[in-house]
Amino acid sequence: MTTIETHAGASAHGRGDSARRPFLASVAQWITSSDHKKIGRIFIALSLVAAIITSVEGALLGFERISASSYALSFLSSHGAQMFADFHYVLVLGTLAPLFIGLAIAVVPLQVGSRTLSLTRVAQLGLWLWIFGNVLETVAVLSNGGPGGSRNSMVELYLLALGMIIVGLLAATVSVVATVLTSRAPGMSLENAPLFSWSALVGGIASILSLPVLLGTVVYAYVDLAHGQKAFNGSKGVSALLHWGFAQPQTFVFVVMAFGVLAELAPVAAGVRQPMRGASLTGFAVLSTAFLAGVTQSDHIIDWSGTFGHKVKTIIPFLLFNALPVLGAVIVLGVALLALKNGKARVTSAFAFALLGAGMAVLGMLGHLIYSISSTSLVGTVFEEGVTTFIVYGGVMAGIAGIIYWAPKLWGRTLPEKSALPLVALALVGTVLASLPNFVAGFANQPADQLGDFTYKGSPALWNSLTAIGHVLMLVVVLAVIALLITSVVSGEAASDDPWNGQTLEWATPSPAPANNFAALASVASAEPVLDAKPASKEVTA
Amino acid sequence: MTAAMPSQAVTPRRQLLVTTGVVSAGVATLIAGMLSMWLKFRASAATRASSDGLKVIKDWLPANVKVPEVAANTMLFAFVLICVMAQWAVYAAKRRDGQHRSLALGICFAIGIAIINAQVAVYAQMKIGVADGAYQAMFYAITGTMILLVAAGMAFSFVAFFRSIGGRAADSQVVSAHALYWYVLSAAFAAMWFVVYVQK
Repeated sequence: MTTIETHAGASAHGRGDSARRPFLASVAQWITSSDHKKIGRIFIALSLVAAIITSVEGALLGFERISASSYALSFLSSHGAQMFADFHYVLVLGTLAPLFIGLAIAVVPLQVGSRTLSLTRVAQLGLWLWIFGNVLETVAVLSNGGPGGSRNSMVELYLLALGMIIVGLLAATVSVVATVLTSRAPGMSLENAPLFSWSALVGGIASILSLPVLLGTVVYAYVDLAHGQKAFNGSKGVSALLHWGFAQPQTFVFVVMAFGVLAELAPVAAGVRQPMRGASLTGFAVLSTAFLAGVTQSDHIIDWSGTFGHKVKTIIPFLLFNALPVLGAVIVLGVALLALKNGKARVTSAFAFALLGAGMAVLGMLGHLIYSISSTSLVGTVFEEGVTTFIVYGGVMAGIAGIIYWAPKLWGRTLPEKSALPLVALALVGTVLASLPNFVAGFANQPADQLGDFTYKGSPALWNSLTAIGHVLMLVVVLAVIALLITSVVSGEAASDDPWNGQTLEWATPSPAPANNFAALASVASAEPVLDAKPASKEVTA
Repeated sequence: MTAAMPSQAVTPRRQLLVTTGVVSAGVATLIAGMLSMWLKFRASAATRASSDGLKVIKDWLPANVKVPEVAANTMLFAFVLICVMAQWAVYAAKRRDGQHRSLALGICFAIGIAIINAQVAVYAQMKIGVADGAYQAMFYAITGTMILLVAAGMAFSFVAFFRSIGGRAADSQVVSAHALYWYVLSAAFAAMWFVVYVQK
C-alpha cells in the first residue's frame, strides 16, 4: 500500500486559520507521518535524549562511588540497584539500539533505491511502542519499581514497559530488514547492497533472533512476579534474569550497524571503491553471530584449570560465542582501513567519529575476551561496566558519524566541520575516561553495581572520579552535537546534493531527500552506482 | 545517473512472504528461548524419590500434578491438521480455486479455536494455580504465550479468509505467508509439546 502525504501547512493556509494552525498541523504530521525519514529522525532524536540521560546517570554513579563509605546523594542509598538497572537499560535499549534503528529507518530506503520503507506503519507502531515503553519504564523506576524495587506493581509496570520496548524495537527492525530484502532498486543484488544497508540487514536479523528470547524471559519474570514469586526471587531476581540482554555479547548485536557506518564512510573518505567488499560482507555476518551467544543467556568463561577435556569444553563455547564476533568486527575494521590505504584519505568529522567509534567498540569487545578468562577473576567486577561503556559510547560516536554524514539528506544541511572536528577528540577522551578506569578498578576487584562497602589497594576515588568525568564529557559531546544540528537546521547553509562525493544511491537524490525519495531511478550495475556516473577524475585510482 | 530508467516506483518483491518469514523466525526463537529456560530450571531443580520409590527424579513437576496427555496430543494433531489445511489453501490459490481456498482458510480458523479449547481443557484438568509454585508459573507463562501466538495465527487466517471471499483470486502471496506462519508455529508447538507435555 502506498501513502501519499501532502504538505502539512497547505490545508491550514487554505482555510485561512490562525497562525497556530500550521504549527499544530506540523506537529500532528510528525506524529502521524508515514515518511520513513521522519520516523527515523524521531528515533534518532529520542535516542540522543536517552544518551543524555544515561551519561548523567553514569556521572552520578561514578561520582557516588568516589567514596565507598558514605552517600553524597541520599536517594541512591535506597535506590542504587534501580539506578544501576536503569543505567544498563538506557545504555543499551534506550540509546544504542534505537540510535541505529532510527538511522537505518531514515537512510536504508534511500540507499537501496526505494521510495519508501517497507511496512512503514509497522515501523511507526514500533516507534510509538518504544516511546510509550520508555515513558512507562521511567515512571516505574521513579516510583520505586524496576529490578530490586519494593513496589510490586511498579516492578510489574517495569516489565510491561520492557516488553513494549522490545516489541517496538522488533517491529521497527522487521521493517528495515524487509526493505533491504524486498525493495532494492532494479539490478541491485544483495551482494551489491551498500555496506550500511547490509549491516542493517544482518544486524537486524540478529536482533530479530535474539530479542524475542529476551521477551520470553520478560514474560516468565512478569508471570512469576505477579503470581507467587516462587521461581525468580521476586523483584531482586529480575535484574539477574534480564542481565544478559543489556550485557555482552548481546550488545555486539546492536553495534553491528556502527561498523556499517564506518564501512560506508571509509571508501568515501578515501575516494576509492571499497576493496575486498566480500570480506567486509562476511565480516558483518561473522560479527552478527553474537546473537547466538546472547540467546544462551550465560557467560562463556574460559577455564584453564582441570583436565584437558574440561579445558576443551570451555574453550569451544568461548571461541564460538565470544571470540568469533570479535573476529568479524576486526575484519570489517581491517577492510575499512584497507580502503584508506588504497586511496587518499580526507579526514572529515564524520569519518573521524566513525573510525574512532568503531575502534572504541573493538576495544570493548577485546576487553570482553579478557573478562571471559576465569583466571582474571573479573566476573562480578566493574570491568564489565567498562566493556559495556566502551561498546555503547563507541556506538554513539559512530551514530553521530552517521548523523553528520547523512544530515544533508535528512535535514538538508551540512554540519560545520570546524565545530564538529573538536568534538571527535572530546568524545574520544570521554569514552576512554568513562570506560578504561573501570578496567583498572575491575582488576582491583571493585564490585559491579555496588555504590558502597568496597575497598581495594590503589585509588578507588581516582578511578571513579575519572569515570564520572568521562560521562560528563560524553554528555557535553551529545549536547554539542544536538546544538550544532539545531543551529544548522535553523540558520545553516543548504547542503548540496552530494557534498561528500558519495558512492551510493542516496547521493543521487536532492538534499534534503524529497517525500518519495526518487523521481527516477537508474538500474544499478555495481556496488557504487553513483560513482559509476561520475567523471573518472572524481575517483582516486589506487 | 548514467542509465535511463522509467520513473516507476520499485514494486517490493514478495514483501508479505518475506516479512512473515522474518517474523516467524522471531516467533521460533521466542518459544526456543522459553523452552531453554524451562529446561534450565528443570535441570537445576532438586531431586526426590519417585512416587513408586524406585528411582530418584527431579523435583520439578509437583507430585500431585498430572498432565492430561489426551488434550495435549489433540493439540498436536490439530496443529498437523492446520498445516494440511493451510497447504490446501496454497494449492487452491495456485489453481485459482477461490471456493476451496476460502474453505481451507476458514477451517484453519476453526482449528485455531479447537486448539485454544484444548489448552483450556488442559488447564481445567490440571487444576493448578499460577501462584502455586515455580513449575506452575512457568507452565502458564509458556502455554499462555503459545495461546497468544495461536490467536495471532487465527487473526491471519481470518484476514486471509476475508481477502479470499472478497475475490482476490490472484493474491496467492498472503495464503503462502499464512501457511508459512502456521508451519513455523506448528514446529514450535511440537517442540513445546515434547518438552512440556511429554518430558514434563
